[in-house]
Amino acid sequence: MNLTLKIWRQKDANSKGQMTDYKVSEISEHMSFLEMMDVLNEQIINKGEEPVAFDHDCREGICGMCSMYINGEAHGPDRGVTTCQLHMRMFKDGDTITIEPWKAAAFPVVKDLVVDRSAFDRIQHAGGYISVNTSGNTQDANSIPIAKEAADTAMDAATCIGCGACVATCKNSSAMLFVGAKVSQYALLPQGQVEAADRVKNMVAQMDLEGFGNCTNTGACEVECPKGISLDNIARMNRELMKASI
Amino acid sequence: MGGFFKSSIGRKVAMALSAFFLMFFLLQHLAINILSVANPDLFNEVSHFMGTNPVVQFALQPVLIFAVVFHFVMGFILDIKNRKANGAKYAKNNGAANSTWFSRNMVISGITILAFVLLHFIDFWFPEINTKFIQGDWSGTMPGVDGFRYHEELVHKFMNPARVVAYAVAFVFLGLHLAHGFTSAFQSVGAASLRKKLEKVGIAYSVIVPFGFIFIALYHFFNH
Repeated sequence: MNLTLKIWRQKDANSKGQMTDYKVSEISEHMSFLEMMDVLNEQIINKGEEPVAFDHDCREGICGMCSMYINGEAHGPDRGVTTCQLHMRMFKDGDTITIEPWKAAAFPVVKDLVVDRSAFDRIQHAGGYISVNTSGNTQDANSIPIAKEAADTAMDAATCIGCGACVATCKNSSAMLFVGAKVSQYALLPQGQVEAADRVKNMVAQMDLEGFGNCTNTGACEVECPKGISLDNIARMNRELMKASI
Repeated sequence: MGGFFKSSIGRKVAMALSAFFLMFFLLQHLAINILSVANPDLFNEVSHFMGTNPVVQFALQPVLIFAVVFHFVMGFILDIKNRKANGAKYAKNNGAANSTWFSRNMVISGITILAFVLLHFIDFWFPEINTKFIQGDWSGTMPGVDGFRYHEELVHKFMNPARVVAYAVAFVFLGLHLAHGFTSAFQSVGAASLRKKLEKVGIAYSVIVPFGFIFIALYHFFNH
């Protein structure tokens, strides 16, 4: 496949970025999108130019590092996949592909396609955990009976990899799907209920502080989430916050 | 609880609560207006009751005004905040791939509805306030009209084709606003399962209510 790529290039956080066109050739339809980017970068390096910076790590859809906005959609046109799981067979020979970084005030661009998602880390630090004494006395998890449905729903919420596709997709750059998932994965389990009120209050306060927008329930985040995190988690977070505030 | 309504989620809940009130108001408004087609005498009776009953006038009406003003003001505040949070625009953004146009453009349908509300106030509400509270005429009558004046006033307004068109266009946008807003309000207050159960009810509501009002305007235009 021969492709034309329109890629956002930005030297650093303080520089102004712009879309730059590249031609890339000899792309196999079996390649992943990131492998295609590797081929592009080899071609750019061979010309003695600066390669395109992009985030990646596990390349198997679980680390949440890859973060490209491809042809107007987070992680590209396929559903339920991260950019590293997106295959070039989703495109046709001769296609023009637009590749941009996540764009949100709370996710500033570091370089090219790399954005700073440490706002998510700070939200997690505000309450996305349970306080357990792990000094050798931790009890067996199975000693607390948990209904199958609650365990499954909590696990579904816990599959959020914190990639930020929800923020990138949302017209308001809202982080509520991410925070809703993190609040839910603990709120649904007895271990998490002890600190539930403080958790939701602190995490929502941090989310607001980071400058994310408000959810307007368009549902775009749920569609684009590579892990299929449900909007139900946002509703649960709203209930949890109401419960904690009354 | 004060801190709750300062949070992003609290503001959304407040938007939803005002939306519930406004959706209930729309339903009762339509029910009364339908009487102008089905039974003009009863329409006059009910209009007079609503226009003179102290509970409606001095308790419900202020709540309605507050809900309308709050819903618009908070809607604009949230929209400004969201635009700020949004940062730079994408060179290519395929919003249609994951959401409906009307869910992404509530502010556009909202501004159209606001323009309509102003027109509607000039048409009906301001003259009504003037008659009752400034002129002190609570009789519900007018010279040259037998019985109550309400049906006559309504019919007279819809003789103007420009007004009928403006009302019809505004109600189409109201329908688009409700098509997202009805279920969105349930989601905002945390009732996700109700949101799913009431999806069809929401679609029916967003079609029946606006087109009911359009039908009334067209009926009076073509029949008088």
